[in-house]
Amino acid sequence: MPNKGQKLYDKDKVIAGLVIFVILATFPFWFNLGKAASAPELELTEKAKAAEKCVRDTQYMRDEHMQLLDEWRDTVVRDAKRIYVNERNVGYDMSLSNTCLDCHSNKAEFCDRCHDYTSVNPYCWDCHIDNPKEAK
Amino acid sequence: MNVKYMFSLVAVLLLILLAYAGAEAAGMKTFFGIFIPYLAVAVFLIGFIWKVVGWARSPVPFRIPTTCGQQKSLPWMKYSYTDCPYTKTGVVLRMILEVTLFRSLFRNIKFEQHGDRLVYRWEKWLWVAALLFHYAFLVTVIRHLRFFAEPTPFFVQWLEGLDGFMQIGLPGLFLSGVVLAAAAIYLLLRRMLMSEMRYISLPSDYFPLFLIIAIAVSGIMMRYFTKVDVVAVKELTLGLVTFGPTIPEGVGGLFYVHMFLVSVLLIYFPFSKLMHLGGVFMSPTRNLPNNSRAVRHVNPWNYPVKVHTYEEYEDEFREKMIEAGLPVEKGA
Repeated sequence: MPNKGQKLYDKDKVIAGLVIFVILATFPFWFNLGKAASAPELELTEKAKAAEKCVRDTQYMRDEHMQLLDEWRDTVVRDAKRIYVNERNVGYDMSLSNTCLDCHSNKAEFCDRCHDYTSVNPYCWDCHIDNPKEAK
Repeated sequence: MNVKYMFSLVAVLLLILLAYAGAEAAGMKTFFGIFIPYLAVAVFLIGFIWKVVGWARSPVPFRIPTTCGQQKSLPWMKYSYTDCPYTKTGVVLRMILEVTLFRSLFRNIKFEQHGDRLVYRWEKWLWVAALLFHYAFLVTVIRHLRFFAEPTPFFVQWLEGLDGFMQIGLPGLFLSGVVLAAAAIYLLLRRMLMSEMRYISLPSDYFPLFLIIAIAVSGIMMRYFTKVDVVAVKELTLGLVTFGPTIPEGVGGLFYVHMFLVSVLLIYFPFSKLMHLGGVFMSPTRNLPNNSRAVRHVNPWNYPVKVHTYEEYEDEFREKMIEAGLPVEKGA
């Protein structure tokens, strides 16, 4: 260290500043003290279990479902196309309420758990509420 | 081509490759996901304190403020309260302006030769870009607390709402990320394209810029383009801060690149120009009241000089002085 053995000038102010710095910089460590880090467990409804396969494979849905929904919305609203054909050549109605939430009707145990965990607050739910209410 | 920025660019590209190859091909996920981040936080905290304590041990015997306004002198002369502060309050105000609004950068002017005249010009682009860059970085860092705190604190959610209020796309576009990358690229191009800036720029100026741009771009890629499993990412990051580190499945190589570059930034921080984060508070030219005319500041390590006063001199030579006809203060 430079100036080794020298006294600390303005000791009180420097130490106070460093204490504030360390408290701020270590916020995540003391904020989470005594908490477990485990990721949320998702519950599938009977209907979702029975269907076995989602629109796309699980990892894709986990990573990119928001983008898929965004594309669906644009396709339906702008092009009036309603059928999505996936890579297995299966067609689906492009509808959050009637397709997604039909199987995953348990929003609290399915959608919300990950959304809350990662602090995501999608505005999808402003219109599409817990269970499909749109007329089929 | 310039060896100074090519050197930094190649260094950052090698770091990216190292992390990608290490995590994806060599399978060293524990090393890049757990060991390096812990090392980085430790080096950052200890290095930061070490550096600040080193500065605090340097004595500043005299007032060496940069005077940017009229100094306080005669009572009828108007003086500048914050630009040449005389009191502690003035210094505190000046520090607040400096730290939050980059007051001294705002003063930036450039002068150019126009024919035979020297012309001073308004130059605020550096100040604008620096302010945008630093605040976007701050918002980005605070936003990242959503990966490091469970439950996510209210102020982080509030900030995310504000940052994403344009509601462009899904996941919603965060303005701070775009501003951060754009401002950093501006600051880089400024150094690369302006000949006078290129002349004074060193690898230590380019390296952090390339590094921060790479961090911003990798983050933007993960959020908007190539995607990672965010739940798995939070499991990993939260595991680190609760001291129960795990390596969950499904986290792509790009995440390890992002994390490794941030770790490199933290490790590099205390030993580089980035220490201006701490240094701005320790600058004697900013944090001392300019009161040299009112208060006597004695150098603490002044050597005690042996002096021979006139009185002692006269006592020694009085008779000889009288003999020679020289005037003396005390009579014989």
